[in-house]
Amino acid sequence: MSARRLTDGGRIDRSQTLRFTWDERGLSGHPGDTLASALLASGERLLGRSFKYHRPRGVMSAGVEESGALVTLGRAARRDPNVKATTQELFEGLAAAGQNAWPNVRYDLGAVNGLLSRFFVAGFYYKTFMGVPPFEWGRGTGMWMRYEKLIRRAAGMGTASRAPDPDRYEHAHDFCDLLVVGAGPAGLAAARVAAEAGLDVLLVEQDFELGGNLLNQPHDPAATGHARELAAVAAAGVRIMTRTTAFGLYDHGVAGLLERVTEHLANPSPHLPRQRFWTVRARHTILATGALERHVAFGDNDRPGVMSVTAARSYLNRFAVLPGESVIVATNNDSAYAAALELARAGAAVTLLDARDTVPEPLSTAAADEGIVVHTNTAPLQAQGARSVDALRTAVADGTGWRTGATFDCDFVAVSGGWSPVVHLHSHRGARPVWNAALACFLPGECGEPLHVAGAAAGIWDEQACETSGRAAAAAAAAALGKSVPSVSAPPAGGWSAPIRPLYEVRVAGQKLKSFVDVQNDVTAEDVRLAHREGYVSVEHLKRYTTLGMATDQGKMGNVIGLALMAEALGKEIAEVGTTTFRPPYTPVSLGALAGRGKGSHFRPLRRTPMHDWNLAHGATMTEAGLWQRPWFFARDRESLAQAYVREASTVRTSVGLCDVTSLGKIAVQGPDATEFLNRVYTNPFAKLPIGKARYGIMLRDDGIVMDDGTTWRLSETDYFMTTTTAHAAKVMVWLEELLQTRWPDLRVHVTSVSEQWAGTAVAGPESRAVLAACVIDPHVLTDESLPFMGVVETRLTGGIPCRIARISFSGELAFEVYVPADYGPAMMDLLWDIAEPLGGCLYGLEALGALRIEKGHVTGAELDGRVSIDDAGLGKMAAGNKHYIGSALRKRPALVREDRPRLVGVFPRDRSQTFNAGALLCRAEQVAGHGDGWITAVTHSPALGHWIGLGFMVGGHAAWSGKPVVAADPVRAGNVEVEIVSPHMYDPSGARMHG
Amino acid sequence: MIRIPCPFCGERDHSEFTYGGDASIEYPPLDAPPEQWLRAVFERENVRGMQAETWHHANGCRLWLVVERDTLTHEIRSVRPAHAGIAQALEEGR
Ligand SMILES: [Zn+2]
Repeated sequence: MSARRLTDGGRIDRSQTLRFTWDERGLSGHPGDTLASALLASGERLLGRSFKYHRPRGVMSAGVEESGALVTLGRAARRDPNVKATTQELFEGLAAAGQNAWPNVRYDLGAVNGLLSRFFVAGFYYKTFMGVPPFEWGRGTGMWMRYEKLIRRAAGMGTASRAPDPDRYEHAHDFCDLLVVGAGPAGLAAARVAAEAGLDVLLVEQDFELGGNLLNQPHDPAATGHARELAAVAAAGVRIMTRTTAFGLYDHGVAGLLERVTEHLANPSPHLPRQRFWTVRARHTILATGALERHVAFGDNDRPGVMSVTAARSYLNRFAVLPGESVIVATNNDSAYAAALELARAGAAVTLLDARDTVPEPLSTAAADEGIVVHTNTAPLQAQGARSVDALRTAVADGTGWRTGATFDCDFVAVSGGWSPVVHLHSHRGARPVWNAALACFLPGECGEPLHVAGAAAGIWDEQACETSGRAAAAAAAAALGKSVPSVSAPPAGGWSAPIRPLYEVRVAGQKLKSFVDVQNDVTAEDVRLAHREGYVSVEHLKRYTTLGMATDQGKMGNVIGLALMAEALGKEIAEVGTTTFRPPYTPVSLGALAGRGKGSHFRPLRRTPMHDWNLAHGATMTEAGLWQRPWFFARDRESLAQAYVREASTVRTSVGLCDVTSLGKIAVQGPDATEFLNRVYTNPFAKLPIGKARYGIMLRDDGIVMDDGTTWRLSETDYFMTTTTAHAAKVMVWLEELLQTRWPDLRVHVTSVSEQWAGTAVAGPESRAVLAACVIDPHVLTDESLPFMGVVETRLTGGIPCRIARISFSGELAFEVYVPADYGPAMMDLLWDIAEPLGGCLYGLEALGALRIEKGHVTGAELDGRVSIDDAGLGKMAAGNKHYIGSALRKRPALVREDRPRLVGVFPRDRSQTFNAGALLCRAEQVAGHGDGWITAVTHSPALGHWIGLGFMVGGHAAWSGKPVVAADPVRAGNVEVEIVSPHMYDPSGARMHG
Repeated sequence: MIRIPCPFCGERDHSEFTYGGDASIEYPPLDAPPEQWLRAVFERENVRGMQAETWHHANGCRLWLVVERDTLTHEIRSVRPAHAGIAQALEEGR
């Protein structure tokens, strides 16, 4: 016997039929169904196989606490594992399948794991390989790896698709005065009252319908109370989000919401994302998150056909599914009686087991009126039936323990072990839940934040009292936010006519039963006791050792039972044992939602220079430099990268080349004290830099390590134009602002980032002056006398384009950097290229730029990696001895001035036909081992020298290694190459070319 | 996520800001002996509780702020511009 759909009642729309597939078989349901209710109504009971033992599992709940009916939804790239059938709305064409089973959940060969259960006990992961000799790195690990894979395959959950996720996800942001989480009686009342008081209220509900537990009550379409309440909430202006889970609460009133936008739709609009990840900032928050009904650990309590009482009630009243004909309701509290009465009225034969010794009035009379036999002092001991429950052995109270009682035939068992308020979100804020022994549950503790808890989440069981507590919370929030509202006193926790009898496990001495505490993770009561015997007595250790409360469940079902059993084993009270910390997310959040649109090319911003299209039109192949797209090389006639950059670098040395250098950072440093400021920031003197001159400068961090380098141009008495490296542009800007605002507020200096305002190009090579001279309105400003090395001039290009020119060189040739307002970038390139091209000039990219600077031994980010002192970089002469500057004190720390520090060197292959890689270690030839004596930072083929060269760092610097055999060790890539260590100034060391 | 009330821009997500460091550090004059710099650069209290720290409103007004923040609870007691002159101008403008 199994469940069946009732002919009337419920909140489903029988006028429409939705077809769906379960393990490729066609079934149907109605709008308003969940996948679970539709499966139950279709007579399906066995829906899953458990994590470790592959035990048959069915629907155990009607909500997010589900641990039995975990299924795989969708096909191919949209295959989504571990979906709770109890929360998935049914839609036309839904395709679901059982998981963790082969060939299917009904006939699962993996069920053999159940026979091996002694290997899967608590801590099996840690234990299985103890005693597998020899279990240590390098020897036993191969075996471990092999078994680990097998175990992973045997014990597991569903498998995700390996294809890229075809769906889109969005991030969204919102604000509100009051966030209300949960739309049960308390949440609805709270939202309405607060909105009527004038607050901007956001009400979020994870279900697709508002009402919470109201939805589980007998549905009478004629009764309009529920509809009226919903209308009042909407009329009050409450902003309502359904299918939205508040999965985490964070500091300062920030909540994380996950909105499922299209997961319930057969044919979603292509414009809609699958999910939205909301960040909401609320001034106050009311948690009306309800409570979850606990089960009880007894033998085979995971059999399909065993579920919580409130789930039974929900399937009966909300989904019009009678879950069984011969029903046993087992409880330890009042709350199960309503469901028992309703099941009896729907036609089931109901037997009620109450663990308490008496049944309070009026419940006993009501039960008798419906013909329900109530067995007091009785509890479930073991469910029977291979794949689905067909009988229940019971236990009868015997002193403080239990003895075997009668066995009842049945086809359905509903269990209530009490209620656990959903304190998860409250706990996210660091507020420890407090054990309430009278109500046998954890209640939210003191929090100290603008956070209110209402309804069953606060341990209030009576529906009317829940509503009152919602109004009280809203009044408190409104008052705190400056609205005058009459205060409402919050009702106390509790509200049953007779107290609960705490009941966590039913067992009889001498009987070995598989009693599940955490169904999702296959953790039994015996596992908890085993953990205790093995010394794992702290709840946090218990959790990790047994996996109790892990995975998607996060302790919703099993935590309190596990704590109770541990308390019993320790001879302590639950309050003394404490509870684990709940952390976000309350229910799983997909990685897609976390990423939102930030994937692929949207993962980070893309920066293009104003000359980007110009470069592309002139044959550039681009490369990434940080966020920037920069020309890498300009291939001609199908040249390779290597051919192109060697040609480009040679052309610069013999003729002229143009290179887009716009990505360099540019900062305007202005004000009466700008000179003094620069003099403090740079290691070298800036106090006497004349107007119309530029200077290469190095800045250090406070700790004496090199931060950045670049040139700074003096445009007037009070106006400097600073350039930084591309990589450190933002960092240098922040640093200058910090110095001016926090350390030297007396300096009258303003810094402005102008990186975006200026487009720049390098014009380099013997012909550079001729090219530039043809493009400026007055060529005389470029003569050697007017513009000597490091000279600066502000002038105009042909057509009146304003420009700044400095005669500076990164390549070591006669060279200029030209900057124009960003929009003139392409026009500048056109002017220059029109002259340069007929002269045999070239456009050059980053690769040739690198070759030229390596030949000259100029350092960049590859060398200035945050560990290098100014002396290490070979620039010690740039450190002024007669002034103090940032880093001047600490750069002389003993460890930074040791003679044997790695210093910048040049590297040649001993056999000039050979090459080596950046990243190779430099080792003395007689000891090619360990970390060596240095490393290579950059490698290029030098057109000027005709062979491969490199830059790197070597202990003691190049002089110490003159004539000594050294090996560039690169064992996992290119192998070892014999090299010579030379001066880093490998080409034109006197600088005659750039001065000339 | 913590929210920082910038005196210029209003309350903003901390993701708009960059953390600087301990605002109580008095950086010595540039000509101070290395021992003094060593203390200023490397020695920190690791406070449990209220701490004055610098934050840069990098994606906002670009001001460096001194934020009094409880390192345990993230409670923010006060926020002011680090630059005394700017702080004063702000005060007078109110
Ligand atoms: Zn700001």
